[in-house]
Amino acid sequence: MSIADRWLLPDGVNEILPPEAWRVERQRRLLLDLFHSWGYDLVMPPLVEFLESLLTGTGNDLDLNTFKVTDQLTGRLMGLRADTTPQVARIDAHSLNHQMPTRLCYANSVLHTRAANMLASRTPLQIGAELYGHAGVESDIEVICLMLETLRHAGIDNLTLDLGHVAFYRALVDEAGLEPDQQSELFNLLQGKALTEYNALLERLSLDAPLLEKLRALPALNGDQAVLARAQALFGAGKGAVAEALADLERIADTVSRRFPGVALYFDLSELRGYNYHTGVVFAAFTPGYGQPLAKGGRYDEIGKVFGRARPATGFSADLKVIVEQAPRVENQPRAILAPLDKDPGLGDEVARLRGAGERVLYALPGQETLDAEDLGCDRRLVQRDGHWRVVPF
Amino acid sequence: MTQPITIALSKGRILKETLPLLAKANIEPREDIFKSRKLVFDTNQPHIKLLVIRATDVPTYVEYGAADMGVAGKDVLMEHGARGMYEPLDLNISRCRLMTAAKVDPAPTRGRLKVATKFVNITKDYYARQGVQVDIIKLYGAMELAPIMGLADRIVDIVDTGNTLKANGMEPLELIAPISTRLVVGKPSMKMKHGQIQPIIEQLSAAVEEARGQEIGA
Repeated sequence: MSIADRWLLPDGVNEILPPEAWRVERQRRLLLDLFHSWGYDLVMPPLVEFLESLLTGTGNDLDLNTFKVTDQLTGRLMGLRADTTPQVARIDAHSLNHQMPTRLCYANSVLHTRAANMLASRTPLQIGAELYGHAGVESDIEVICLMLETLRHAGIDNLTLDLGHVAFYRALVDEAGLEPDQQSELFNLLQGKALTEYNALLERLSLDAPLLEKLRALPALNGDQAVLARAQALFGAGKGAVAEALADLERIADTVSRRFPGVALYFDLSELRGYNYHTGVVFAAFTPGYGQPLAKGGRYDEIGKVFGRARPATGFSADLKVIVEQAPRVENQPRAILAPLDKDPGLGDEVARLRGAGERVLYALPGQETLDAEDLGCDRRLVQRDGHWRVVPF
Repeated sequence: MTQPITIALSKGRILKETLPLLAKANIEPREDIFKSRKLVFDTNQPHIKLLVIRATDVPTYVEYGAADMGVAGKDVLMEHGARGMYEPLDLNISRCRLMTAAKVDPAPTRGRLKVATKFVNITKDYYARQGVQVDIIKLYGAMELAPIMGLADRIVDIVDTGNTLKANGMEPLELIAPISTRLVVGKPSMKMKHGQIQPIIEQLSAAVEEARGQEIGA
């Protein structure tokens, strides 16, 4: 083993050092306080669970992304959580079992076997909020607004909200009656808007002309709010899931542009992030300079079913470390007071009083007296004058 | 507000065929790219910049958001995976085929098939879908040499005219995919700069259609 092997961290695994760690922790507290003020209760799910409970209803991606260990007590496989949402869904469906709408939030580490993308860490600090027990667009609006407020709270102003809905694709695929293989091929091509291959596949599927026209048009349904009118024209007005989805997106857009006038809106009706478990609106927030969503979420009404109780659900999550990294830097000058080592009982009382008042006070250990303020991170010191301990600039 | 747009172009033959299309979409570099050793070029449109980089680096620049758009061969995109980007337009240039090839009269293979290629991911995926377990040998060039020297039984490579294969006593076997050059757009760029990017896609699309029309006319 070389020296490098001893300090080298695994790829995508990072530690947070001073002063960054305080910055992250301060942001965590601020955001949890924000969630608290919106009526969200904090939950702390366990780091490991039996695999079945972690993975139910979430699809293959999360399975591959989860580190596994064998439980020596039962011989069953346990997973280290790669996403907190299924845990919170289990807590809502089983542990709490409320009938009324339930608002829950969390902030904890998750672990990924593979980084979600080239920019991501394998040890994100996931922070998020989930709203259970209400199926209407009102709860989607609440969660989207909380997501935007979260980012605004962190000082990130230049935001684009990306809105989509699974209803359009789902309606068309149901109508086409595709085999699972064809569905997954079509899905992948649509997500990459690989139009050459996408259109070629549609040709091969021998679909009815009206359905073919809609599927052909789907990848182009992106842009500003005018997209909703284009979708209306394509799908036709009326009732059903598609019409409802359009009305929901319209309402979300109206509320968001009223409450967050600085946030740009982008619609993509073929964006199906997390299609495996999302059942309604899907959304994400982007900021220039970061090539991935800062925060994302959506509606997932079915996930509680496997825990014995299907509850409507909507929520969002983000990596706190990324939020802090993207937030504007405020360079704080060190603010701390250096106290000498002195047997005078008055000193101990004064240090306790200052600490109680929120000051950061550290004692100069033997040998530290000669260090300068910068080395110690102090801007002031305690000195005794006329029998009183006073704080004076360094 | 006009946001800046960066387009990453693949060096070499693709570049020669890309520039006329860009010119038709009213994007022209301010200086002769082929005579300069620069890597970043201003264009006649002040907010648009061009990068000229190795083809295999184009999807990486786009995925990291270091470039908003890119021009790269389908072979490069398939090998890279290109998950973080959209592929809205086939530029219909630098067309060729990605194929398997072997010596004309190959000695019978003992054990596992050995395949030499620079397209490791595509090759693995292709043979897996055929139900064939293969050993892959990564090479960076002159694939044709590998079977001659007994290093591999097959190669997977781009075939244009097939002359190089023929000159080395080899023949193309199966078609893995037809290849052409694609326009790619980073997903976040598409979402945040849609107003700027969509017109470029449309103008390039018109340029491609026009070129296709001339091809058929000729």
